[in-house]
Amino acid sequence: MSQFPADSVGLVTPQHQSFVEPLRLACGRTLAGYDLVYETYGQLNANRSNAVLVCHALSGHHHAAGYHSEDERKPGWWDACIGPGKAIDTNRFFVVSLNNLGGCHGSTGPCSTNPETGKSYGASFPILTVEDWVNSQARLADMLGIEVWAAVVGGSLGGMQALQWTISYPQRVRHCVAIATAPKLSAQNIAFNEVARQAIITDPDFHNGDYAAFGVIPKRGLMLARMVGHITYLSDDSMGEKFGRELRTDRLNYDFTSVEFQVESYLRYQGQEFSGRFDANTYLLMTKALDYFDPAEAHGGDLARTLEHVEARFLVISFTTDWRFSPARSRELVNGLLAARKAVSYVEIDAAQGHDAFLLPIPRYVEALSRYMNQIEVDR
Amino acid sequence: MSLRADLQIIEQWIRPGSRVLDLGCGEGELLRYLRDHKSVQGYGLEIDPTKINRCLETGLSVIEQNLDHSLDNFADGSFDTVVMTQSLQALHYPDRVIEDMLRIGHEAIITFPNFAHWRCRFYLGTKGRMPVSEFMPYTWYNTPNIHFCTFQDFEDLCRSRSIEILDRLVVDQTHRTSRITALWPNLLGEVAIYRVTR
Repeated sequence: MSQFPADSVGLVTPQHQSFVEPLRLACGRTLAGYDLVYETYGQLNANRSNAVLVCHALSGHHHAAGYHSEDERKPGWWDACIGPGKAIDTNRFFVVSLNNLGGCHGSTGPCSTNPETGKSYGASFPILTVEDWVNSQARLADMLGIEVWAAVVGGSLGGMQALQWTISYPQRVRHCVAIATAPKLSAQNIAFNEVARQAIITDPDFHNGDYAAFGVIPKRGLMLARMVGHITYLSDDSMGEKFGRELRTDRLNYDFTSVEFQVESYLRYQGQEFSGRFDANTYLLMTKALDYFDPAEAHGGDLARTLEHVEARFLVISFTTDWRFSPARSRELVNGLLAARKAVSYVEIDAAQGHDAFLLPIPRYVEALSRYMNQIEVDR
Repeated sequence: MSLRADLQIIEQWIRPGSRVLDLGCGEGELLRYLRDHKSVQGYGLEIDPTKINRCLETGLSVIEQNLDHSLDNFADGSFDTVVMTQSLQALHYPDRVIEDMLRIGHEAIITFPNFAHWRCRFYLGTKGRMPVSEFMPYTWYNTPNIHFCTFQDFEDLCRSRSIEILDRLVVDQTHRTSRITALWPNLLGEVAIYRVTR
């Protein structure tokens, strides 16, 4: 009777968990208490040895697979890889996917009400780091009774969390799958994030982050931020193939207001759609978490030393046309792991889609991930 | 489980518990054997996606990396043994790779086909054409084997680079060694397995 495909996890219901123990953050502040929203797919086995944590990227959330209702048009953001018989096989694994702290999809974040003031946190929400996220995720693992993850998996900013897990909690991760990510951002990466932040901050509707109090949202800024971001997620080739110089009108209008090229229309649509569903403060916060991530910094920039105590085995995946997190950045991580004498496999997937490739069902990518995941031992 | 004949020979030259880098590891047969029987910490380099997948599904550490680019990401002396089977003749700069193998590892094990084997000589001598056989099925324009050499060529290179040959086994296509091939290796040997150091 279900309308869902046979290899879908089907109908899923997000779950909420409150944490009352204060969480000390890297910025020096403490979050008195917080909520995390998460989803799970598959069954946790008796030994609790088959749990996989999926970490989301910049604009992601807890809804990674399946459907929230019969009418939901699109499944979760990584449905291509999570499900019965899929690369992350829910017949074998118990998959946990959460919305990170500071997010805007149900976990405590800038949009939530600050219990101390009775008003939404807005700009007063503390800036979080990847380490903070991992600490909060570890408490979720405690609560779920998961002592050791069979694997922690993530792409982009999610890959950074997966990597941080192996550094912060070496005994709690057996396998780490780090996809289209980097051990730290480059100046160019930070520069793009700064353009995005400036777009938001300089929007007259931003009101220093307290836009909720004014009943507005910095829609234009958020839209611009997303447009810039989106360019960096695609490759020159994929944009060329998708849009080329194709026009929406039959002739040029010689003005600045009309949407003439298809690519303009596409970016505006992406920006507008995003600005309607994502919180500006969360976006700022996520970009800062990206910028600040640099686990080797505490070890004088020596990545191999940073990874010294890592116990997880790694699969690192990159995509040839990804220029936001290029293969060279993945190889940096691989080389750090090699120098630290850790078990690591690396595949460089030939894909035209740029950074976005990590979300797409590219056959070789899905196959490699699947082979790796399937060899992970889990008790029946 | 029977290990490929040449790998059986190589395996004997590798100490239990050592660190091994396999250049062009294929489906990881050698590394798997060494991991399961000799507790070796191994890494393989490979570029063929199908072969890489086979390594991934058996839990080996496999890195997608082209030997013709650079091996700079491997530190000096970071491995006990660096192995390369049947890839030497397909490299753009075989001498550089040999140098790198001995920079990265304390020892290197290299196998390659002998172009001075009598069958090759006979083919070229009588037909006047580049040898094509069951063993080397390519024609000159589509072969991945761009740097064929003979045992003597290889040993000349070793001498000129002060590379010490620790062991040499000359075998036939089925990787069996015989008294005859040992007697006249450069004419009768089809495949050589060298263990070298510096």
